Amino acid sequence: MTDYNFAYLDEATKRMLRRAILKAVAIPGYQVPFSSREMPMPYGWGTGGVQVTAACLVPEDTLKVIDQGADDTTNAVSIRKFFARVAGVATTEATAQASVIQTRHRIPETPLTEGQILVFQVPIPEPLRFLEPRETETRTMHALEDYGLMQVRLYEDIAKHGEIARAYAYPVRVEGRYIMDPSPIPKFDNPKLDNSPALQLFGAGRECRIYALPPYTHVKSLDFEDYPFTASKAAGQVCAICGAEDSYLDEVITDDAGGRMFVCSDTDYCATRVAAQAEDAA
Amino acid sequence: MQLTTGFANPPVDAARAFRVVLDAMAHPARIVDLPPIEAPAPCSPAAAIVLLTLVDATTPLHLAGAHDNDAIRDWVRFHLGAPLVAPQDAAFALGDWDALGPLASYPQASADYPDRSATLIVECAALSSDGVPLTGPGVQTEASLALPDIAALQANAAQFPRGLDFLFTSGAQLAALPRSTQIGGA
Repeated sequence: MTDYNFAYLDEATKRMLRRAILKAVAIPGYQVPFSSREMPMPYGWGTGGVQVTAACLVPEDTLKVIDQGADDTTNAVSIRKFFARVAGVATTEATAQASVIQTRHRIPETPLTEGQILVFQVPIPEPLRFLEPRETETRTMHALEDYGLMQVRLYEDIAKHGEIARAYAYPVRVEGRYIMDPSPIPKFDNPKLDNSPALQLFGAGRECRIYALPPYTHVKSLDFEDYPFTASKAAGQVCAICGAEDSYLDEVITDDAGGRMFVCSDTDYCATRVAAQAEDAA
Repeated sequence: MQLTTGFANPPVDAARAFRVVLDAMAHPARIVDLPPIEAPAPCSPAAAIVLLTLVDATTPLHLAGAHDNDAIRDWVRFHLGAPLVAPQDAAFALGDWDALGPLASYPQASADYPDRSATLIVECAALSSDGVPLTGPGVQTEASLALPDIAALQANAAQFPRGLDFLFTSGAQLAALPRSTQIGGA
């Protein structure tokens, strides 16, 4: 603890981050540029999320970190240990016990509560980037609410594939104003963004953007009246470990003969259910 | 003249203070408590903590009215190093509502970069939940806060996504009003 400043970053950097976070909260869905720092991990490993988490942490926090729903993957374990070392915070794998949750590409199955902060790691914050590569143009499109291009893109999906063919990073409209990339969460998680009691912060380190969804913010997944949004997942499958029917499932290949199983992506949710089942059986 | 102290333990004190301010900004009209701190008169402890947490040499500060005195100027120079500027150049401003003057004199930001607007720290005699109804992001059903000038703040909110953000301070208490909050029933 004595080797680093609290939460790793210097105070001037944290003030810059905190000012950006407050502006992001004041303009839900708008991407606030910030001066992203080099972190002791490569881009793509959550440098944006780590900076947002560092700016928000207090010593009393309990931190949970998940990577694709799992608490026990390299990225999640590394970031959890990083903050335990440089901020001295308690860590947990239980969603309900965490005050700050940093996540890569999932929202926990256990409903979040008021007072919790969910920090997303974001690779490409600009939802229009693959439709229009020029930053000057996408900035003007956001300023003018000129979102026809995105609707055309979704329409073309329907024309080609018969449905909106996007399973993750499914674009949303925030409070009827900004179109926002919810980070590469499965579209199964999109409904959890809407009217969440928790504060949701998004950090993109390489792209130098911070954006936010305050609690109880209206977040609508883009769709058409005749092609409404559906929060899909592996059809007809249940978790092979805990039997959950309502959770998002990962497909795991088990051998070279085509064997496969579906298991909960959220390891804490799955383990909690297994423990409860063992208790019931006993 | 004797300078009052800043944070005793800046990294941790600033972190705790920011979480309180963030809680306020994420829940417009929620009145939150900050720890007591010595502040140069007439600056409230809450406003002093906001300045220590968010303002530094990169953020021009406007001191309005009675807050533009030697004690506060010296305190700002020593603890923050923020350039003291006129309203049109300010990233942050501190003062009573009447002293802060017309909102139009502060940077309202552009439609391209709506984040580049000023944040006004408004010193109040008291904060009260007995006021106009507020709705919008961060408000579950309806909140309420006594506001100094409803028409001016409604006009500010109508500019969304452009517009100013407000931190109302009184003693060690603080409440936030971001531009995203709709004011009044209509």
